[in-house]
Amino acid sequence: MRATTKSRRSWGTRAVLLLPYLWLAVFFLAPFAIVLKISVSQTAIAQPPYVPVFDLAAGWQGLQDFVARLTLEGYQLIASDPIYLFSYLKSLQIAGLSTAILLLIGYPVAYGIARAPRRLQPLLVMLVVLPFWTSFLIRVYAWINILQRDGLLNDLLLALHVVNEPVAWLSSDTAIYIGIVYSYLPFMVLPLYATLEKMDETLLEAAADLGCPRWKTFWLVTAPLSLPGVAAGTLLCFIPIVGEFVIPDLLGGSRTLMIGQTLWTEFFFNRDWPVASAIAVTLLALLVLPILLYERLQRRQLEGMR
Amino acid sequence: MADGEGTGGREQDGRPALVRFQQVSKRFGDVTAVDALTLDIRQGEFFALLGPSGCGKTTLLRLLAGFEVPSEGRILLDGEDIGAVPPHRRPVNMMFQSYALFPHLTVEGNIGFGLRQENVGRRERRERVADMLALVKLQGFGRRRVGQLSGGQRQRVALARSLIKRPRVLLLDEPLAALDKKLRAETQFELMELQRKLGTTFVIVTHDQEEAMIVSDRIAVMDQGRLVQVAAPPEIYERPKSRWVADFLGEVTLIEGSLNDDGTLATRLGPLVVAGGGKTRDKVWLALRPEKLRMDAERPAADGLNVAAGIVFEIGYRGDVSLYKVQLADRSLMKIARANTGARGQPAFAVKDLVWVSWPHDAGVLLTE
Repeated sequence: MRATTKSRRSWGTRAVLLLPYLWLAVFFLAPFAIVLKISVSQTAIAQPPYVPVFDLAAGWQGLQDFVARLTLEGYQLIASDPIYLFSYLKSLQIAGLSTAILLLIGYPVAYGIARAPRRLQPLLVMLVVLPFWTSFLIRVYAWINILQRDGLLNDLLLALHVVNEPVAWLSSDTAIYIGIVYSYLPFMVLPLYATLEKMDETLLEAAADLGCPRWKTFWLVTAPLSLPGVAAGTLLCFIPIVGEFVIPDLLGGSRTLMIGQTLWTEFFFNRDWPVASAIAVTLLALLVLPILLYERLQRRQLEGMR
Repeated sequence: MADGEGTGGREQDGRPALVRFQQVSKRFGDVTAVDALTLDIRQGEFFALLGPSGCGKTTLLRLLAGFEVPSEGRILLDGEDIGAVPPHRRPVNMMFQSYALFPHLTVEGNIGFGLRQENVGRRERRERVADMLALVKLQGFGRRRVGQLSGGQRQRVALARSLIKRPRVLLLDEPLAALDKKLRAETQFELMELQRKLGTTFVIVTHDQEEAMIVSDRIAVMDQGRLVQVAAPPEIYERPKSRWVADFLGEVTLIEGSLNDDGTLATRLGPLVVAGGGKTRDKVWLALRPEKLRMDAERPAADGLNVAAGIVFEIGYRGDVSLYKVQLADRSLMKIARANTGARGQPAFAVKDLVWVSWPHDAGVLLTE
């Protein structure tokens, strides 16, 4: 009797442990397998717009035919046409630079909140999260309003006589950077705040006690201990920014082509699903690298902290 | 009141005062943590700040470390006012209660941290770190991460880190509170040995009376931001200044009475003979330590003894000793300690036994506060 309850309980534990893996399998691995398969298919004027389509009824012969018709043409096209390489590089550049700007702005903000009086902190965090209460799309459209030729920003600059004629903010890389930094700031601030807030303040006292002045304590103690937060915030911003589509599409000019836009064009405009999928798979391969690095860092941190 | 007054400014045993608190107060808003306190700590002594939580002992330590600035008064170190010196410029190091080890550094990195701030050369740093590791018996642990150490090992790393800069004063904030009882007892002796070997002035904050008595040369008992008594441990234990001190350090039985000029104390138990009488006084208390009392089944001969009859009310068995609570004629309880010397180690008396409690005339202390 007791043995049954025990085995049942351990079965339950296993089920709970299985859940995240199940989630990963259903919502990540399966879709990825489909995308991967489409990326090695060929375009066709059909529904769905690619061949071959896997047909179980055809049996072993069908499977062999299926494998024989797979092709790497999509990847070859990406490799041969510099527009794709250019899109990737542009995306990485924009993501890299805006993540750096986000870190520069987000760190002091998070630090300030973490050092604020304890009863004020929930309010300050709330203020950081507040923009989420408005739709993302509406906020980006609001930036069009601010940045356009007769928009608020130019009005202000003209009134202050900083400039003599309106500046063309919109449809430029600057506009993209502004939009991205604005939109992603909470994703940088929150993980940073979480690590900084957890930090034991007696460590700072210990450093001071051992002869370390305050500014140096920041670099020797606070900064290294906040690295997990920096890594989390950086990844949380960098990865989605690389694939960002809405902000460059609405705020950027026609010359800026981020990979998200290229992918959209292939998918919806050219109806070339295999190439679009190949772009997505390549992007994923590029982004897995920093994620793996982060994983390693986190594991090391865990070992050290325990 | 022999040395009882002992803020110790008189340099009785020839050692000069290293640290002087002069009328130091510290207020946090409406709360006065340290109240116009004057205290000298001598060069090379092991000094304990003892008191219940919230008595201001930790604030006093933090004032000395520089983490707090006094609201009033002066703190002198080697005759110089250090009130305005920031913590990182004071020749004073602290071992924190939580140890406050840097989790991102190795054991060596932690211990050598203070030397790096002084720009001590790499080779010298390595040597001194190795010396410290040997001193705290952690050879071979230098490369470990702090997270991989046991509680006792962390405690040693924290100690080594706070000693490596050869501070004028080492501050220990409840240094052993996180250790289990056995390890704590061992470490207490190691601390004493270390202090004797280095000759550094140690100031320890503790709420553990036994610990304070074991390790320190002198104890300052604090309550509500003030010093209650500053003296050597035997002095404080045997001659407490007040009922509060007597009760705070160890077990005590207090008998209230009025002192007659013939040297007897009129109490509800009848007249008791006490030493140090002579003056008439209305309200005094006789403080008796449990180990000074005898307990017999038969009434002992009364020569030079005070005797009272009672009934065993409760027995606290501690292994080596049992603490008996005996109810006397006036229903008050008296605490008596008795070593369990019998072969079977069983307490010699049982609850509800009729017993005779006796003590020599000079066994107790008369307290007026």
